[in-house]
Amino acid sequence: MTYLDKSTLRIVGTRPIRPDGVDKVTGRANFGADMTMPGMLWAKIKRSPHAHARILSINLDKALALPGVKAIVTGADFPDVPPEKAQIGAAPHNLRDLSRNCIARGKVLYEGHAVAAVAAVSPAVAAEALDLIEVEYEVLPHVMDVEAAMAPDAPVLHDDIFTAGIEPRPTKPSNVSKVVRFTKGDVEAGFRDADVIIERRYTTKPVHQGYIEPHACLVSVAPDGQTTIWSSSQGQFMVRAYTARMVGADIANIRAIPAEIGGGFGGKTIIYLEPLAYMLSKKSGRPVKIVMSREEVFRATGPTSGAVVEVKLGAKKDGRITAAKTVLKYQAGAFPGSPVQQGCICSLAPYDIPNAETTGYDVLCNRPKVAAYRAPGAPIGSFAVESCIDELARELGINPLELRRLNGARDGTKAAHGPTWNNIGYLRTIEEAMAHPHYRTPLGPNQGRGIACGFWHNAGGESSAAVHVNEDGTVTVTEGHPDIGGSRASMAMMVAEVLGVPFENVRPVVGDTTAIGFSASTGGSRVTFAGGMAVTQAAQKVVEELKKRAAITWDISPDAVEWKDGKAYPAGANAGSFEPLDLATIANRSARTGGPISAEVQINAQGQGPGFTTHLCDVEVDRETGAVKILRYTAIQDVGRAIHPSYVEGQMQGGVAQGIGWALNEEYIYDQDGRLENPGFLDYRVPVASDMPMIDTVMVEVPNPRHPFGARGVGEVPIVPPMAAVANAIADATGVRLRDLPMSPPRLLAALDGEPMRQAAE
Amino acid sequence: MAKIHVSTTINGEPTEFLCEPQQTLLDVLRDELGLTGSKEGCSSGDCGACTVICDGNIVCSCLMLGAEADGRNITTVEGIAEGDKLHPVQQKFLEHAALQCGFCTPGFIVAAKALLDHNKNPTEEETRYWLAGNLCRCTGYDKIIRAVLDAAAEMRREAAE
Repeated sequence: MTYLDKSTLRIVGTRPIRPDGVDKVTGRANFGADMTMPGMLWAKIKRSPHAHARILSINLDKALALPGVKAIVTGADFPDVPPEKAQIGAAPHNLRDLSRNCIARGKVLYEGHAVAAVAAVSPAVAAEALDLIEVEYEVLPHVMDVEAAMAPDAPVLHDDIFTAGIEPRPTKPSNVSKVVRFTKGDVEAGFRDADVIIERRYTTKPVHQGYIEPHACLVSVAPDGQTTIWSSSQGQFMVRAYTARMVGADIANIRAIPAEIGGGFGGKTIIYLEPLAYMLSKKSGRPVKIVMSREEVFRATGPTSGAVVEVKLGAKKDGRITAAKTVLKYQAGAFPGSPVQQGCICSLAPYDIPNAETTGYDVLCNRPKVAAYRAPGAPIGSFAVESCIDELARELGINPLELRRLNGARDGTKAAHGPTWNNIGYLRTIEEAMAHPHYRTPLGPNQGRGIACGFWHNAGGESSAAVHVNEDGTVTVTEGHPDIGGSRASMAMMVAEVLGVPFENVRPVVGDTTAIGFSASTGGSRVTFAGGMAVTQAAQKVVEELKKRAAITWDISPDAVEWKDGKAYPAGANAGSFEPLDLATIANRSARTGGPISAEVQINAQGQGPGFTTHLCDVEVDRETGAVKILRYTAIQDVGRAIHPSYVEGQMQGGVAQGIGWALNEEYIYDQDGRLENPGFLDYRVPVASDMPMIDTVMVEVPNPRHPFGARGVGEVPIVPPMAAVANAIADATGVRLRDLPMSPPRLLAALDGEPMRQAAE
Repeated sequence: MAKIHVSTTINGEPTEFLCEPQQTLLDVLRDELGLTGSKEGCSSGDCGACTVICDGNIVCSCLMLGAEADGRNITTVEGIAEGDKLHPVQQKFLEHAALQCGFCTPGFIVAAKALLDHNKNPTEEETRYWLAGNLCRCTGYDKIIRAVLDAAAEMRREAAE
């Protein structure tokens, strides 16, 4: 049974108050750093001051002699994990890399790389002990920039990495860990057919996810190995699996409890602290808590890649694009795994292009290992392609929205990377943009309007859910996904809808790893899709059970019972004449009809609908300072079905704000020695309230037929278009095209003055 | 090092504690007094997640020493609601879905409450500048600003009744 007909819905599509809301506005909610345990120690981490160095020796004697120090660990305390792929998460990680990212072995690969960790009776003692740890380094040449790292004479980070994806297999190790390529049609023939060809080069800087909650965990290892992990992450099962493998523990011995998570945006889909706290707890025999400082978050976690992207587009005079060729070079940081493949896929996906070729390079450099960041990879490639589409439109003299509509992907279009689209709402987002009052608002001097579109494929995968009917007819739904932005509300709404009970009667719970079956992480915009599918199926099983219980009560066949508005009714006159039985009555009598009423469901969800979006952005440029003010912003997105519209709007608005920060201000600034110069929110400037206008949202609903309510992922695609939307608006306002992010005041000022772009030190 | 004895008032309760000289008020609230509603996002006064009201003014409790609380009157997020009655700012945050992860929310609630203590009828721009010291990475601020403006309107209605 599905619930795709919106007119039949009572709860889905309304805006109830989230069940965890009061805890979060009163300070009751417990996040990663909020938990304590009796006898708990505090740990801190000794980090590398060098971008690239060999560890010659580590002397712990003085630190261990400091009163109050209870344990110290280094890389030598951990098993040397083999390089197998982890079997969890959207993008499989190499466990050896993850392990060596948590704590260095042999070499440090970036400034901030963990070298040792100390557990002590107080944070102050732990900090004092860090200064007493003596590490002797042999400093090695380092490389920061993506193209410098690809050069034949570049310092090589790993002597056992040979470029994958090219034949024959190279004999020399390289910083290029992987080359990916997708082709469709004949790209050279496509360019021969073109009347106009535009070829441009764009660059982006690494940016941090910028969650306000630093990473934190509390780990207690008992002498028999039984372990409790309390931590803030995007997946308690991910924490359990990675920690177990990195420390050599059995999964069944680890209970990972998900704290409330203070933002992640992909950055908490891997771990940094839990294995260190585990080993310190094992050594000291006491619970150990680690909380990162903001500076540590900047130096050692996230970010997403900085990149160079080359785009070549060919089109006929009438605007039909005949060919596209893109080359994407993404920084991976110290270990392989940039999101370059998604960048290749997503940036061309909104278009029906007959001939396309895209090539991606995953490039190692002496920066922190990149972590997923909201639609990983897509915003970078799309900044380039969506800027270039705008340049093409101007060259052709065609309205940029019209050019996108002309070439836009629609049902039946085969994407450059393979799939053929079905049930997509992309063209509707363009049409809604054309019809929106924003699009017709007059612009003043130094003001401009930019348009950009975006795509994210979204994810499905493994989810578990349990629905329990309580004795009084209230309902508990347990899911396995940390609630990062209101998903408890969505889960409870879907369950209440299926059961026909009030929303307030359903209590959603995020279960720990011993309370609910395996569930993949909160990421890939998958929770409302896959988690929602699981809770819906569990609730449907409960309805079947409730009908059975009514049938037993009435002594009729379960087929003769129907469930409507939270009550069992005889289905038609032949079934007999009985007073309807409500959920509370059936629950109260359950001992007489077969015992407790509940259902658990485990699924591997398939059929997530892709997400497409179109953004309109108006800016005003201050020609004296180079500052850009966002005047007006409208995001139009195919959301499938908005389960809780307020939280869907919130995802759209939040993604836009992050994208505006990426566009205008955010960047890492390294000195010549590869040391980060702006590891704090004062100098790494994320948008604040006074930077932003209200962000208008239009939710286009083209239901995803593979989800019972028609939902598709909504959280990630909103961050894809803003960088190009802002760049296109600046070009519209000034006639000056910025192709390098961020478009900060000094850069824009230099461009307005006709000066060459000033590049920050790499 | 000897600990310092501090007598203060927190959320209306006379409170005494011992702290180390280098401990911030935020450390004391969270680690000594169990008031973990105030959050540490940066420890440099940039994010506002640790915002408290001290003698009527908002401060980042990470930039104030615990010892400096002596003789002061401190309000934390735990002291904003009156018993089981939420403050209008808290209620409007819920109604407008002005939180996603909820980590910055305590700082915003405290700062917004202080704004409305000072200014019964702030403009959108005044609200945006007042809250510019509180970072939110989830919402894009839209719903937060709407919630605060709606709370102000609600409080004006209540005062008029």
